[in-house]
Amino acid sequence: MSIVTVQLGQCGNQIGFEVFDALLSDSHSSQGLCSMRENEAYQASCKERFFSEEENGVPIARAVLVDMEPKVINQTLSKAAQSGQWKYGQHACFCQKQGSGNNWAYGYSVHGPRHEESIMNIIRKEVEKCDSFSGFFIIMSMAGGTGSGLGAFVTQNLEDQYSNSLKMNQIIWPYGTGEVIVQNYNSILTLSHLYRSSDALLLHENDAIHKICAKLMNIKQISFSDINQVLAHQLGSVFQPTYSAESSFHYRRNPLGDLMEHLVPHPEFKMLSVRNIPHMSENSLAYTTFTWAGLLKHLRQMLISNAKMEEGIDRHVRPPLSGLPPRSKMSLNKDLHFNTSIANLVILRGKDVQSADVEGFKDPALYTSWLKPVNAFNVWKTQRAFSKYEKSAVLVSNSQFLVKPLDMIVGKAWNMFASKAYIHQYTKFGIEEEDFLDSFTSLEQVVASYCNL
Amino acid sequence: MTQSVVVQVGQCGNQIGCCFWDLALREHAAVNQKGIYDEAISSFFRNVDTRVVGDGGSISKGKICSLKARAVLIDMEEGVVNEILQGPLRDVFDTKQLITDISGSGNNWAVGHKVFGSLYQDQILEKFRKSAEHCDCLQCFFIIHSMGGGTGSGLGTFLLKVLEDEFPEVYRFVTSIYPSGEDDVITSPYNSILAMKELNEHADCVLPIDNQSLFDIISKIDLMVNSGKLGTTVKPKSLVTSSSGALKKRHKKPFDAMNNIVANLLLNLTSSARFEGSLNMDLNEISMNLVPFPQLHYLVSSLTPLYTLTDVNIPPRRLKPSLQFVSWNQEGWKTSLCSVPPVGHSHSLLALANNTCVKPTFMELKERFMRLYKKKAHLHHYLQVEGMEESCFTEAVSSLSALIQEYDQLDATKNMPVQDLPRLSIAM
Repeated sequence: MSIVTVQLGQCGNQIGFEVFDALLSDSHSSQGLCSMRENEAYQASCKERFFSEEENGVPIARAVLVDMEPKVINQTLSKAAQSGQWKYGQHACFCQKQGSGNNWAYGYSVHGPRHEESIMNIIRKEVEKCDSFSGFFIIMSMAGGTGSGLGAFVTQNLEDQYSNSLKMNQIIWPYGTGEVIVQNYNSILTLSHLYRSSDALLLHENDAIHKICAKLMNIKQISFSDINQVLAHQLGSVFQPTYSAESSFHYRRNPLGDLMEHLVPHPEFKMLSVRNIPHMSENSLAYTTFTWAGLLKHLRQMLISNAKMEEGIDRHVRPPLSGLPPRSKMSLNKDLHFNTSIANLVILRGKDVQSADVEGFKDPALYTSWLKPVNAFNVWKTQRAFSKYEKSAVLVSNSQFLVKPLDMIVGKAWNMFASKAYIHQYTKFGIEEEDFLDSFTSLEQVVASYCNL
Repeated sequence: MTQSVVVQVGQCGNQIGCCFWDLALREHAAVNQKGIYDEAISSFFRNVDTRVVGDGGSISKGKICSLKARAVLIDMEEGVVNEILQGPLRDVFDTKQLITDISGSGNNWAVGHKVFGSLYQDQILEKFRKSAEHCDCLQCFFIIHSMGGGTGSGLGTFLLKVLEDEFPEVYRFVTSIYPSGEDDVITSPYNSILAMKELNEHADCVLPIDNQSLFDIISKIDLMVNSGKLGTTVKPKSLVTSSSGALKKRHKKPFDAMNNIVANLLLNLTSSARFEGSLNMDLNEISMNLVPFPQLHYLVSSLTPLYTLTDVNIPPRRLKPSLQFVSWNQEGWKTSLCSVPPVGHSHSLLALANNTCVKPTFMELKERFMRLYKKKAHLHHYLQVEGMEESCFTEAVSSLSALIQEYDQLDATKNMPVQDLPRLSIAM
């Protein structure tokens, strides 16, 4: 089944390009470590999900590009065409001349309604091209104006017009400082709106990925292009085909649906995050070998101790012993030690994958009391290796990972709101103080729910 | 891609404007090797086929035929504008974009604002409409003027109201040159304060430039250049120190180098909107991020490298903030990255700050004003203009006082401990 990707704003479009590029180059890779027949099945499945065929054989990404100013889209289109391997559809973009000025209200209340029809038309055309349609993957940032404001508006529209299809939003959490001054306002408005209209929020933090680039990849001067490539690698390892439970050669047909089913059992808990292992520069890759036992042990510890990458993991954190009274409400003031999960999904790719032992993830102590591990934990495997990594594991987790960052953003936004700074920029376009208060309320609710796990 | 129109008013405004256009042409020439009229150039220039008479000559794509600046030049005496029209930049301007008169405003804000304002209102409106029509998507008006004189100060601020009424959605960025303490115009405090009231009310963003500071910078550079210590600190052939490659031959006029700095500032400000980069910043983003309250829209600017080869590789967000931010905006940084450097440099950094450091400048201005006003000195020149009353003065001063007080309140929070306010609590 096919997924239609909607790329919004500068961030969404820049990342979207890297994602499709990563998906296709992995699919064409010759180091799959599997049989040719296996490889072909993999390629076919990947193509069906993310690309459509054209007459001359160049795959066209199933994507819609939206931005309120033309520079980034033009760049993205030409980069894709230059690669020679794939490209974007000719009529798949919507563009205006003047951006949203980092103003959520402008993106949501002005650009949204003004361009609603045109944008939804382009999306509809893309959906009609799919033989069998699985759902939407919407890539956006929450700090800016277009990705965040227009993104929230479009997601709401998709909820109205395609209520039977799934929607997963890939949201970029901005750096703690220095990108956009009003990013906290834009973030809380985006998250509160999306919590209502989206099915799952896959969140990636710029700070975390920056650390990966610095510590694991040893990149000296980290650019956004480096960051986007790491992100694309992570997303690729989640979305590339995996076996369905039955047998080899049968790739999972509905990845979005399966992801949602496994990871979002309750509408109050929609925040997902991704951790993948190993991750290193290509030079180091040649000299390292891994075992599944080693990888999975690290990954489990990353989950428990809330580590963002495989370096600097706190080894002292342990799950609570069973038999003791259940954990009381998590206090945000203390250092968050043990990360409780609602649901986890581990995806393993590569050599000898059948021998990998995931029992460690089925420990009931890892999970909240109202879900048994048999329901909360799933593992997907595939023999075919991903992107030159002989073995790779990725964890998609619905857990308390994001509570602290969310709490911080809400706190900062609240302080700013109390002084009424910048509010006039939003009320100018129809977002009133009540809307802000609504957003604060919803997000405090989310924080409280996650804390109480 | 959006377009901007530059409105240069008065002698100061036009001289700076001239420098700006010179630099803009050089910058685009360096980047645009093939002579194609692209989106970056179209933000400030029109491509016109000069053989066509009348209005039909605009060309939107293809090779550059003849570039015309998107500008309106206004001056109430002819000297400066005439000089521009006879100089090397004469082909860049359209005669239809000029408004001139003969007698000048006599360094009198009231004459500039009330007399010439009403006299030329219709013409001005027409010129603005024309330039807006030539734009596909007009984003911003850049107004350049001085505060101390008569035309730039009076007529320049009259325009703001006109623009606000006619083009409410277009941003008004005003570059205002504030007079130094030793300004030779005695009534400059009156003119400045009267103009400030208009800026408070009708401008979106003001970039105040202090003549004294510009003068200090230039003296420092001159000192270094003349003492022969080039190389380590002063970059040879930088836009500030060298005039090679300039269309306009430097006549060593005292204000040329200073005007150049201001022109550089404007160019850098718009670079991210014109050229590509990995984190773009449009002009509306400047206003959105740097103006927390409608009154506090004065942005202090600093530019590097002016004369040093400092390593500007460090992205600003990595700088340890040794600055004191207000408690509700502890990380008030906005960053933008543009891939195209200015002419003659490999990197450059422009910082815009909404900072209470403007307060002393305003307070000094107010003091100079009060010294004159208490004695009612020179007041009759203003009061004899129709429409001017003493209340204009008192209103202007109270507007400035209110602004100073707002900055005061923010300063007062400086050393207070940062307290997190109690959050909403949810019943579970």
